[in-house]
Amino acid sequence: MTVYYMCFLLFLVGLYGMVTRRNLIKIVISFTIMEFSVFLFFALIGYVENGEAPILTKNLPENPVFVDPLPQAMVLTAIVIGLATSAMLLAIAIRLYKKYGTFNIREINNLRG
Amino acid sequence: MSNLVPLYVILPLACAFLIPIVGRFIKGFQKALLSLVLLILTILSFHLIFGGLDQPVTYRVGGWEASDGIPIAIYLVMDGLSAFVLLIVNLIGLLATIYSISYIKKYTAENNFYALLSLMIAGMNGVVLTGDMFNLYVFLEIAVIASYALVAFGIEKTELEASFKYQVLGGIASLLILLAIGMLYWHTRTLNMADISGLLANSSHGPFMTFTQILLISGFGLKAAMIPFHAWLPDAHSSAPSPISAMLSGVLIKAVGVYALLRLFFNMFALTYEISLVITVIGTLSMVIGVFLAIGQWDLKRLLAYHSISQMGYVVMGVGMGMILMVQGGDRSVAALAIAGGLFHMINHAVFKGLLFLNAGAIEYVTGTRNLKMMGGLFKSLPLTTTTSLGASLSISGIPPFNGFFSKLIIIVAAVKGGFYLLAVLAVLVSIVTLASFMKFQRYAFFNKSTFSRKIREVPFPMSLSMVVLVIFCLALSLLIFPGVREVMLTPAVDVLMETTNYATTITGM
Repeated sequence: MTVYYMCFLLFLVGLYGMVTRRNLIKIVISFTIMEFSVFLFFALIGYVENGEAPILTKNLPENPVFVDPLPQAMVLTAIVIGLATSAMLLAIAIRLYKKYGTFNIREINNLRG
Repeated sequence: MSNLVPLYVILPLACAFLIPIVGRFIKGFQKALLSLVLLILTILSFHLIFGGLDQPVTYRVGGWEASDGIPIAIYLVMDGLSAFVLLIVNLIGLLATIYSISYIKKYTAENNFYALLSLMIAGMNGVVLTGDMFNLYVFLEIAVIASYALVAFGIEKTELEASFKYQVLGGIASLLILLAIGMLYWHTRTLNMADISGLLANSSHGPFMTFTQILLISGFGLKAAMIPFHAWLPDAHSSAPSPISAMLSGVLIKAVGVYALLRLFFNMFALTYEISLVITVIGTLSMVIGVFLAIGQWDLKRLLAYHSISQMGYVVMGVGMGMILMVQGGDRSVAALAIAGGLFHMINHAVFKGLLFLNAGAIEYVTGTRNLKMMGGLFKSLPLTTTTSLGASLSISGIPPFNGFFSKLIIIVAAVKGGFYLLAVLAVLVSIVTLASFMKFQRYAFFNKSTFSRKIREVPFPMSLSMVVLVIFCLALSLLIFPGVREVMLTPAVDVLMETTNYATTITGM
């Protein structure tokens, strides 16, 4: 159970970083930390203690216990989506740097109210 | 019939693929293709609604049959509620596309614009149709990533800033939803919503499930921009190109926010009093605070964006009242009335807010400003825009015979009948403040003294066509109040939400 709590702690670390950091790139990094804590959670819920790889082979033990392959498939999909989000965030961050000449979000504040 | 269901996802996706490739060689290909596809899908939605959708239609992706009653394939489910929301998505999408034909000429990358728009529509159609939790997340991300790019489409300072803000908050929302999906899978070992519903009905509701539900409410609340989570909406919706603002405000926050929330909390989880109360309170707060934030705005599109928060508050409040009545075992007909009012206001809001954003786009197109103080006297030079925006403004402020009046009336009547007197009073009050706010818009934009020295001409034909069609819908949707039309469009959608367990039994039973 500890490992799940630590995974959630990682999620909160990412969230803290996103809320408190002032640098665009650091915000993106915090976002990625948060993202990967969720991926880690998915990998954890698929894991079964002493489980076999979910492949039907001839020399399986009696009454085999398989690990759950579905969360792994989901994590792969989620990683690809995460790549798209990170790429999009970084692309916008670079554009913002070109317009404002800074990564500091304190100085990027045209929008008010 | 069931083979037609995946077309909603396939056709816009194919568009998104073909437009950047073929559109480079053939002039006008992108506009023609996307308009045609959305026209087909809109007609299909009307056909499904009016041509009898007695039973929910399911489509199994890959054709895998359920084994031992456990669904294996990803299910696409088309029932009354999905058909209703699909109609909103594709209709507003079609009109926004037609509007874009002239509007988008001032931007350079037309192909990319249409490709992203079709991607966004594909994602939203997928969210509405899917019956699988993880698939919901995938389609949701398709829709919102396309919308991040579209918000930043102007690549000026404000657009980029709004897009970054939107992405940060949208990203947090997506991760909360993904985490909740993981927890649901951990608990039930299945992803099919109908299957999860069946399993959850047999197990007790512990703190674990409550935590999952709170994660989902925060995630979808952020997507729907309900009040504690609303910070991104005014920036993002006002910075996007106007047809996209119409899509974001009119459709996106409904399809990926409110629709998903309703589907999950009515048809997947067992209703509980606490959750219903939270949803009603969030709706009421959005309704009241949103309108007071709107009233001080002088940027036209920001004003409209804040009103979106407020009007979506009506929808969520109406449905939330229905939820509370159902949990407490109150009068089911009153609960049905409250939910019907909420859903009715949802389609109305899509139509009139879409129209208002298109009007704002038309004003920006001819005058080049969004600041209300710098407009004035436009009604002489823009008669069509003035008329249509007057229709939409009357509609949003709830003046008969426009559609907004009837949906607000239903919500207020349901609140009084259900004993929520405070909410009824607040709904009336917010409606009056909305009227004041839109009188300000009308006065400053169209009827004050003109400040423009140069000659202003009416907008091109495709833009005016979209606006006129929408104002006709503003009037025509009032018909939904009458029996006969109501039974065809509104009642099937309400029934899906009222018969909470039916969803699970019909889908797993097939």
